[in-house]
Amino acid sequence: MNKYFHSVILDSEKCTGCTNCMQKCPTEALRVKDKKAIILNERCIDCGNCIIACPYHAQKAVAENLDALKNYKYKIAIPATTLYGQFMSEVNVDTILQSVKDLGFDYVYDEVIGSDLARILIKNYIKIHGNNTKPLISSHCPSITRLIQSKFPTLMNNIVKIESPMEIAARLVKLKIKEKYGYELSEIGVFYITPCPAKITSIKNPIGIKKSYVDGAISINEIYGDIYKNIKKNRGKETENFMSGSTQGIEWALAGGQSKSLNLTNYIVVDGVENACKIFEKIELGKLNHIDYVEALACTGGCVGGALNVENPFVAENNFRNLLKENKDGITINEKYAIDLCKAGFVCWTEELIPKEIDELSSDIRIAFKKMEKINKLVKELPGLDCGSCGSPTCQAFAEDVVNGLSSIEFCVFSKNNDTQGYDNK
Amino acid sequence: MSLVNSEAGLIKLEYDIVQNDFSRAGEASSNLKKVLKQLGVPHQIIRRVAIAAYEAEINIVIHSNGGKITAKISPEYIVLIAKDNGPGIKDIKLAMTEGYSTASNKVREMGFGAGMGLPNIKRCADVFDIQSKKDSTQVTIKISFNLE
Ligand code: SF4
Ligand code: SF4
Repeated sequence: MNKYFHSVILDSEKCTGCTNCMQKCPTEALRVKDKKAIILNERCIDCGNCIIACPYHAQKAVAENLDALKNYKYKIAIPATTLYGQFMSEVNVDTILQSVKDLGFDYVYDEVIGSDLARILIKNYIKIHGNNTKPLISSHCPSITRLIQSKFPTLMNNIVKIESPMEIAARLVKLKIKEKYGYELSEIGVFYITPCPAKITSIKNPIGIKKSYVDGAISINEIYGDIYKNIKKNRGKETENFMSGSTQGIEWALAGGQSKSLNLTNYIVVDGVENACKIFEKIELGKLNHIDYVEALACTGGCVGGALNVENPFVAENNFRNLLKENKDGITINEKYAIDLCKAGFVCWTEELIPKEIDELSSDIRIAFKKMEKINKLVKELPGLDCGSCGSPTCQAFAEDVVNGLSSIEFCVFSKNNDTQGYDNK
Repeated sequence: MSLVNSEAGLIKLEYDIVQNDFSRAGEASSNLKKVLKQLGVPHQIIRRVAIAAYEAEINIVIHSNGGKITAKISPEYIVLIAKDNGPGIKDIKLAMTEGYSTASNKVREMGFGAGMGLPNIKRCADVFDIQSKKDSTQVTIKISFNLE
């Protein structure tokens, strides 16, 4: 797989080159060239900010559609827990899940079982590593993991090396169906119904494991209407019992839910990439060595704020509050069973994380040094307005782009030979 | 913030530090980190530079009437010079003791001034020097990149 596969892509027909996305990208991964945005793949962490920011809906995530189901004999949906909060709170979750099943799946598996198993493993991980490494950092959000990989590589060791609920659920359900019906693994298709572009990337290009057990992802916003129609049909009818996870596990859809379910007392919950960066800066400075756990999530409010959701995150959060009123334990997971699965490398990371050197100007420090001198000189000549008209997010980034050969000085509107990238210069 | 100019083969970066301005403290450290990453300096060394710069910033914010941090970077090493405008340190040896602090209660309540600043800077440095007069203190450190 291409080392820089990304789910977030741009529909250049819709793109007007307005620079809204560029200004909102937390990793400076966007540029505008010839009136079209482009994503610098090695910098993108799939946070989806650009999808939310684009007024023309030109930024989107590549995902599967329901046609992909026909490639498999047995089709399983794992809806992300956030789906439970996408409809008015009086719609029963089993009705939602039945309505997903009716789209053509043979089985629907509750992602929350994955969170419940992960919870056991994280507790165990904290017990083993929590005294030596402080703070441990949750691996729940793949966008954050990628952020650490490229911007805070010294913190890679702080990440809890346990798979996401999505991946754990996919592994458990595939084995279950294989045993029950005798299908080959390749005949079973597991589809994640996702609010999250970063999770789509993790399926194709996983972090910490060799290969994902999820076969495809379908965006919530892509099939929301279809689910909604089925809900109308299914309302008030008997449905199967899909929900098998605990209330605590459901709360993982909200920022802080994970820490709460771990019964932690000394922890930080942070949402939004920029806020997370501030916390990671402090950890790197050794200022948070007294904290046990950091739950960092790229989206506002946690996964309810995922870019591929439909419902407003704050409304969805309220839907969840209603759902969380009732306290259910879910199916019991044996602790030893969970830990053995982890030891076997089935639900925990088996692969080393490798830092991504996206900032390096050259692998030869002398060349990098020369480039840096040129950048510094150029920055002094630029107006420092960070206006974005040149197609780079800031004057500093523009200077870097020019020196790296990605842009050219005349794109600066203040440059003597300015040619504003083909915009009409009235 | 940073006034950049290159002189005699060194990249020179300067950061003004304002007395009592806690909200901006950390900017110099953060900026230096980015620069060193661009140069491809090993991550653990960058972290030492960042910690030293941050502690120096905080020291100036808490204890002085403002000052300046200057970084001089070569392909082999970085030199940080933290210079403030008084009031000077009376007993340097005491100031270098872990846990010793003259920070006010108010500052301590904010979580700063635990008396670890100078010892921390020294721990991060390959070469450490401190000079103090009545009207100014200057801490100079050098950290090598150990590339070869
Ligand atoms: S997904 Fe996030 S990191 Fe990637 S280009 Fe969009 S805003 Fe930038
Ligand atoms: S917070 Fe959740 S939805 Fe958003 S990027 Fe992270 S895992 Fe995905």
